[in-house]
Amino acid sequence: MSATTTTTGPAPGRDAPPAPAGPPRPGRVRRARPNLVGGLGAGVWFVVVAVPLYFLLVTSFRASSDYLSDGPLAVPSGLTTDNYLEVLSSNFPRYFLNNVLVAAACVAIVLVLALPAAYAIVRSRSRWVARGFTVLLLGLAVPAQAVIVPLYLMVTQLRLYDTLLAIILPTAAFALPLAVVVLSSSLRDIPGELFEAAVLDGAGPGRVLVSLVLPLARPGLATIGIFTALQAWNGFLFPLVLTQDASVRVLTLGLWDFQGQYGTNVPLITAAVLLSLLPLLVVYLLGRRFLLAGLTAGAGR
Amino acid sequence: MSTTSVTGSGRPGFVWAAPALAFFALFALLPMLAVVVLSFTAYDGLSAPRWTGLDNWVRLGSDPLFTESLQLSFVLTGVSWVVQTAVALPLGVWLAGRGRSRAVLAALFFVPLLMSSAAIAVLWGTLFDPNFGLASVLGPLVGIEDGNIIGSNRYAFAAVIAVIAWQYMPFHTLLYQAAARAIPAQLYEAALIDGAGRWRTFVSITVPQLRDTIITSGVLIVVGSMTTFEVVLILTGGGPGTASRILPLHMYLEGFRSFDMGYASALAVVLLVLGTTLSLVIARVTGYRRMTSQREGM
Repeated sequence: MSATTTTTGPAPGRDAPPAPAGPPRPGRVRRARPNLVGGLGAGVWFVVVAVPLYFLLVTSFRASSDYLSDGPLAVPSGLTTDNYLEVLSSNFPRYFLNNVLVAAACVAIVLVLALPAAYAIVRSRSRWVARGFTVLLLGLAVPAQAVIVPLYLMVTQLRLYDTLLAIILPTAAFALPLAVVVLSSSLRDIPGELFEAAVLDGAGPGRVLVSLVLPLARPGLATIGIFTALQAWNGFLFPLVLTQDASVRVLTLGLWDFQGQYGTNVPLITAAVLLSLLPLLVVYLLGRRFLLAGLTAGAGR
Repeated sequence: MSTTSVTGSGRPGFVWAAPALAFFALFALLPMLAVVVLSFTAYDGLSAPRWTGLDNWVRLGSDPLFTESLQLSFVLTGVSWVVQTAVALPLGVWLAGRGRSRAVLAALFFVPLLMSSAAIAVLWGTLFDPNFGLASVLGPLVGIEDGNIIGSNRYAFAAVIAVIAWQYMPFHTLLYQAAARAIPAQLYEAALIDGAGRWRTFVSITVPQLRDTIITSGVLIVVGSMTTFEVVLILTGGGPGTASRILPLHMYLEGFRSFDMGYASALAVVLLVLGTTLSLVIARVTGYRRMTSQREGM
């Protein structure tokens, strides 16, 4: 009988709970017990994630000479914003502006093209629309690396090499399938009666799109807008292969360049990494829930 | 007559989907076809592609680097799947529970999701720096005397896999967290009444309920790992030697460093076939519709 004190597993059988003996122990006790294993695992992962991020933040405010003499783990003797000032006086603001332009253009293109397409997919009876949708679904699986050589050929033939358009057009095209899939699934939630009522009132497809679909699709549009912006902001392969000149360089390539140029100046590099991350961090802190919804919607990549 | 025109006029035609399809076709489908054509040519990126028949494909068969890069890609994919699933699943389930500390932890866990692959690779590059980075301090503690992890034949590829896991784990954790929240509470209450312990509940209820998420996350890890590129390029450049030269990197280096774009196209076709086949097979075996409907739920 002393075994009851050590039961952690399946001991209190079905007949046990309504026992009159003492306070109600069985199930409730187990539920209230903290999940030690889970907590421990999460703690370990916390260290794995937090230490590099802490390193990133603290190092970016350290003087480069301190870093070299005291080592990466030392408690900083003084904090300085010199690294940030130096990054900002380099080509970095230019790269930043290029990123903003690329992201904004990609979002605009994707939203303008995806909305009517999703609307047609949800409401059209055309067989060609259904076939087009299947093609887009297949497109979800196409890795960008696989088509980079012909894209290079195309972009040079179109004389777009070393322009921001060379980055924008393929980035938007590769964001499009997912945007259409996500958007059409959110448009399916609009009741069919609303469409029928609009049509009975004499609205054509264009009118329905503007007055009915557009306002109701806002959450879906926000989701794909965020995801497209994130993808464009962090894009690497297209800029790497389709541009070369510093005037059209984007942040991701700029960072790599920085690392090559100032490899030994770790504080300077961490400041550059943090600056490239800043707009996303602000968005994350302001609209975490929204952003996470956008990210899971972007599961296709 | 009039009725058909009324119902007909209310529905959008193909025209509405055409711009998106045309745009996608021009920049994604057309290149997909073109890469197959280019794989039968010699093309240096400057002069026009010249037809060479099967030359590139024959060369593929005798290129030891191709075999090695393919193997590395498969190892990367397999290990990534095991490691990321083993960590993300329990972590996501744990985070799905209530409690303020979990919410705060979750907020921090997901920060790497915002970072570009380039930023992550540059950050870890500084951490792994054998002279000035964390590795110079921690390396000796784990038996790597000079701290040169990414310069070592033995550890460089493992370091690459670890960094990629660091990058993508939050995303898969997020998937599992969302899915775990959707498991009906009654199942757990019933298990509690039946006297099932925590481990038993996890194995018999949580994991089976997460089946679809395990599949979704698995597909994404497989396709993602097969096409990982930036992190490896920035962190190791494929080295030391060819120790971390995965297939996409081999393709890039052949095409845009050696300017052998015809051969790179053949490698790209392999990548394309591999990527699409893998995702189609997994999707077919497991049911794509279930996958998308699950995605809608979040």
